[in-house]
Amino acid sequence: MTSTFQLSEEGAAFVKRELNRYEDRHSAIIPALYRVQKENNGWVSPESVTYLSHLMDLPESEIEEVLRFYTMFNTKPVGRHHVQVCCNISCAMNGGRELADRLCQEFDVHDGEISGDGRFTISRVECLGACDKAPMMQVNDTFCEGLTEEKAIEILREMK
Amino acid sequence: MEVKLLTEHYDKPEFKALVGYKKLGGYDTLKKAFGMKPKEIIEIVKASGLRGRGGAGFPTGMKWSFLPENNEPRYLLCNADEGEPGTFKDRMMMERAPHQLIEGMVISAYAVQSKKSYIYIRGEYTESYRTVEKAIREAYDGGFLGKNILGSGFDHDMDVYSGAGAYICGEETGMISSLEGLKGQPKLKPPFPAVKGYLRKPTIVNNVETLAAVKYIIRDGAQAYRKNGTEKSAGTKLFSVSGNVVRPGNYEIPLGYPLKDLIFNLCGGLKHGRKLKAVIPGGSSAPVLTADEAMRATMDYECLAQMGSMLGSGAVIVIDDSNCMVDLMKVILHFYHHESCGQCTPCREGTGWLDKIVTSIVTGHGRLQDVQLLEKVAKNMMGRTICALSDAAAMPAISFVTKFRDEFEFFVREGRSKVKKEGYNYAQMHH
Ligand SMILES: Cc1cc2nc3c(=O)[nH]c(=O)nc-3n(C[C@H](O)[C@H](O)[C@H](O)COP(=O)(O)O)c2cc1C
Ligand code: SF4
Ligand code: FES
Repeated sequence: MTSTFQLSEEGAAFVKRELNRYEDRHSAIIPALYRVQKENNGWVSPESVTYLSHLMDLPESEIEEVLRFYTMFNTKPVGRHHVQVCCNISCAMNGGRELADRLCQEFDVHDGEISGDGRFTISRVECLGACDKAPMMQVNDTFCEGLTEEKAIEILREMK
Repeated sequence: MEVKLLTEHYDKPEFKALVGYKKLGGYDTLKKAFGMKPKEIIEIVKASGLRGRGGAGFPTGMKWSFLPENNEPRYLLCNADEGEPGTFKDRMMMERAPHQLIEGMVISAYAVQSKKSYIYIRGEYTESYRTVEKAIREAYDGGFLGKNILGSGFDHDMDVYSGAGAYICGEETGMISSLEGLKGQPKLKPPFPAVKGYLRKPTIVNNVETLAAVKYIIRDGAQAYRKNGTEKSAGTKLFSVSGNVVRPGNYEIPLGYPLKDLIFNLCGGLKHGRKLKAVIPGGSSAPVLTADEAMRATMDYECLAQMGSMLGSGAVIVIDDSNCMVDLMKVILHFYHHESCGQCTPCREGTGWLDKIVTSIVTGHGRLQDVQLLEKVAKNMMGRTICALSDAAAMPAISFVTKFRDEFEFFVREGRSKVKKEGYNYAQMHH
């Protein structure tokens, strides 16, 4: 095994449990990828796929396929905080797109890329199911709703 | 007026935990259900007129009776993928009332004699996932899940599963593929999931709200449930209202309720005293209604279908006269292009073309023939694909162009919006 990535002991135990949790072992791929992403600074590297393939005893191609299909898995490095600004219809009608632009400007980063200081990746995303509180963004796991540009900037400034 | 049947206790924080839920009558209906034969429950659900709340509006009792009569294991899947833009009711239901969903699911599972169910929750809803997972643990501890539930002899196991960001996993066969650990691509029907679904076993897929409603139908009876709603659209439904209204949010109203009252009474009308221009009544896949149509519409399956739109997921997007319809259509078409899973040529190519054409219009590079081209491309996408996403992109496109043609033609002619002096500047968008 030449891969350099390894899950923590608890992480590996989690994946083993997930393999037996569902009717079919393949169902453990999504939870396993989430776990890798969590332990690998927010993204899934090629080495980690090789590692998972050994750990789960599943072909790399099957893991790779799942990895590529879903948008919540990052296949390249991201900033310490992943900021996802909803730009779908109800948010767009309430300034969501302008908010995304403003945040990119303020933190000097292009859409989908990492800021120079490594703090943020800012992406535009589709409806997150909080349309009554538009505009909104998700920062890592947390929904930040009913935003103004100033409020959003303030939230991000607090994040180191 | 709102009629709070499912949402009666949603404002009480204690409703979320098992103790509080039980105090408010929780799991009493499950006891009642175990006193009935499974077939009896299916008959009651049929008689109630309940139709699927996930988008297609298919009669729930009828779907259940499509299960083959054999001893194969069968699965119940709760669709909590909630990805239809504008929809946020299932999230509230899971976060405020997870036990209501679990109780509805155990009753439904008993009716269809399923020993195992999954709740498939969209990946971004981490709070819903935690809440539901915790409630499932409580339900096991309380004896409402597991072996021999409440001494009935009925066994049922339930688990949650998290998606990972793909709108297409809301389509039932896509969801099944995803749960099986594959790419979440839809499969051709037939066979329908009720015959060959999860792991090729008979499977019932229902929306969160549908399964929660089952509890109230069994609690009160089919006739009582039918007191709300219309002949063909029975009961109450949750509507997620967003856009330009004063009080956006989820509202539970009887089906058949006037859209006008929903917007102007319950939601307080339009913000900043603006005028109504259009309403998307059932999520972004539903063809748009003009203000005139909206004032006449009632929120039921038959009225909206008759107006050429649909009730869909119950997401009502209210659009005031400050919005540019060309701009909003660009937002919608970008979404479908992004979410097409690419298996079917008409959908993959069609959503790409629609997005490209409308983008060229909103960036001021449109040609006069582009307006017609939009319609032509959209028409070629319909009724020819594995799943309904292709139609879901084509139908709104056609409705926007036909109902707001002057705005499209103006944009092409003048290279700028008819409505907005300074619209969103797509050219400046970094990608
Ligand atoms: C592209 C697409 C996306 C869908 N997304 C959802 C969804 O997010 N939630 C949902 O309940 N149904 C969704 N559906 C409908 C499901 O395929 C299915 O009809 C529904 O879950 C059945 O449950 P019901 O009969 O209780 O409504 C979607 C359908 C399509 C074609
Ligand atoms: S219609 Fe579109 S989304 Fe549906 S299966 Fe075909 S390509 Fe995929
Ligand atoms: S449109 Fe932004 S959360 Fe739904």
